[in-house]
Amino acid sequence: MAKITLDRLRHSYMPDPQRPEDWALKEMTQELEDGGAYALLGPSGCGKTTLLNLISGLLRPTQGRILFDESDATEMSPEQRNIAQVFQFPVIYDTMTVYDNLAFPLRNRGVAPAEVDRRVKEVAAMLDLGHMLKKRAAGLTADGKQKISLGRGLVRSDVNVIMFDEPLTVIDPHLKWVLRSKLKELHHRIRRTMIYVTHDQTEALTFADQVVVMNNGEVVQVGTPVDLFERPAHTFVGHFIGSPGMNVLPCTLDGGRVGFMGQPVETASPVQAAPGNGRLELGVRPEFIRFEGTGIPVEIVKAADVGRFRIVETRHGEHRIKLLVSEGQPMPSGPAHLRFDPKHTHVYRDGWLVN
Amino acid sequence: MYKQLNHKAWFLVLPVVALVAFNAIIPLMTVVNFSVQETFGDNVFFWAGVLWFEQVLQSDRFHDALLRQILFTTIILLIEVPLGLIVALAMPRKGAWVSVCLVAMALPLLIPWNVVGAMWNIFALPEIGLMGKGLRSLGFDFNYTRQPLTAWFTVVLMDVWHWTSLVVLLCYAGLVSIPNDYYQAAKIDGASAWSVFRYIQLPKLKRVLTIAILLRFMDSFMIYTEVVVLTGGGPGNSTTFLSIDLVKMALGQFDLGPAAAMSLIYFLIILLLSWLFYTVMTRNEAK
Repeated sequence: MAKITLDRLRHSYMPDPQRPEDWALKEMTQELEDGGAYALLGPSGCGKTTLLNLISGLLRPTQGRILFDESDATEMSPEQRNIAQVFQFPVIYDTMTVYDNLAFPLRNRGVAPAEVDRRVKEVAAMLDLGHMLKKRAAGLTADGKQKISLGRGLVRSDVNVIMFDEPLTVIDPHLKWVLRSKLKELHHRIRRTMIYVTHDQTEALTFADQVVVMNNGEVVQVGTPVDLFERPAHTFVGHFIGSPGMNVLPCTLDGGRVGFMGQPVETASPVQAAPGNGRLELGVRPEFIRFEGTGIPVEIVKAADVGRFRIVETRHGEHRIKLLVSEGQPMPSGPAHLRFDPKHTHVYRDGWLVN
Repeated sequence: MYKQLNHKAWFLVLPVVALVAFNAIIPLMTVVNFSVQETFGDNVFFWAGVLWFEQVLQSDRFHDALLRQILFTTIILLIEVPLGLIVALAMPRKGAWVSVCLVAMALPLLIPWNVVGAMWNIFALPEIGLMGKGLRSLGFDFNYTRQPLTAWFTVVLMDVWHWTSLVVLLCYAGLVSIPNDYYQAAKIDGASAWSVFRYIQLPKLKRVLTIAILLRFMDSFMIYTEVVVLTGGGPGNSTTFLSIDLVKMALGQFDLGPAAAMSLIYFLIILLLSWLFYTVMTRNEAK
């Protein structure tokens, strides 16, 4: 068990990185609390697996340090760091039984047979593998194999952190949900630090207490799922999280008053006419827009019924604005007006939230 | 929806059936024909029943050739499979050396078999060959044209040189296809290099090893050209393997009946042993 500190960490796969895009992971400093459930979320190629491999010790960082508690772990091997990792494709030892698979990491560390037996049975019970301990691991289904991978991490009582690299990719959809809640339950039970890498927002938001959103090799925002939803620090987070994502519209700033296409817009916090230039944008989620008698005039383009609500796409000039209308609520026909909820309307400069 | 049965599809495989009939089944049937008849020429045949089969199965000559064959195949399998595996494990997985190693490994496989025999014949000649003269000048009494033991040594060495590459290439292909995740997981689980080999690499190589062993078994059991060019089956009969013996009997002595019977027995032995190998090696998977 340990707190993990990433100190000015950066990494490049090139021998001599020069340009900013040469860095797979741009400089970051971050603390991961002991016992927390973290998710690294981002599109493919954003550097999240690189970061995971740096923490596990499968990669050496080009620059910066990694601390486990107060000791420098940068040069330590994965074995010395005492971590466990579950990979995208289940890794099991084909020729061994489920029992031997779970016992393998303990036996390699010279743990006494009686203790091995106790730990293996305990973990097998936790993962509902108890009845198939004698079976050959190769005969299990993908979710069973993935449980074994996870079990091999759980049997070691001294593991500092358990990491998951998109562990549900090969699992059948109806079992994903089961395995996801199992993970959450396990985390509550054993309170070990867990880091979960995924590009699926549902997985990240349901599993993690803290979500680290990454894009183009840098951390864009760290926060609770609610933070990410209500106050996206970057338009990317607004887009990436939520379904449909946040509306991003160009806006103007005139003496502290925000305007969209000549219409005044109220925002969450007063925006100072900060010095400096930059592209100004307005961000508001479809959940926080309503049809009203007055406001921004729009035309309705299309509506998609997704069950409990409808996703309505509207148009103001060349700009498309999406909003959600609950089931049963009337929809205006013909020209309509929109109103943004001021508490959830934010202004972004060059993509970043203006505060 | 029901699947429509369409027997017209059988016409589509007809060309293949015809081809197989002409190049395999019909020749085989003529062999069967010869094996149960006696002829004194002039296309006159007499029924001989199982006489030739009994004769071949009871002859010391066949027993000796079969024994030599089994010994040879066992020796080369025991050398080539582990050696091929070791070389494949030692080969680099990435970088410029990969292609260099692969080309070097593929070279022996590209040389025609009679050329391999001729090369080793000259290479091992006791008076002028690099290896023969070299070994003699080191104090070894090496003369493969006279001593059965050194003849065997040379034949085995030639086969190892010629065919280990096949095992290497198959194993290498198998090794490269193991996902990196397995090695990383093993590292995290604290596995030793031996454990990685025993529990990851060996199980994952099982299929290619099965194929490698089967191929090497069948090829070595039918070895002919290289040995004929190298030793001609001698000195004496010491390197006369089954196929060499068969050719001597059929073309040297023109004993068509016994030779036909022997080819059928030979064929059945290979079929039986291949089936046995395959069944034993894939048995665990069915469990």
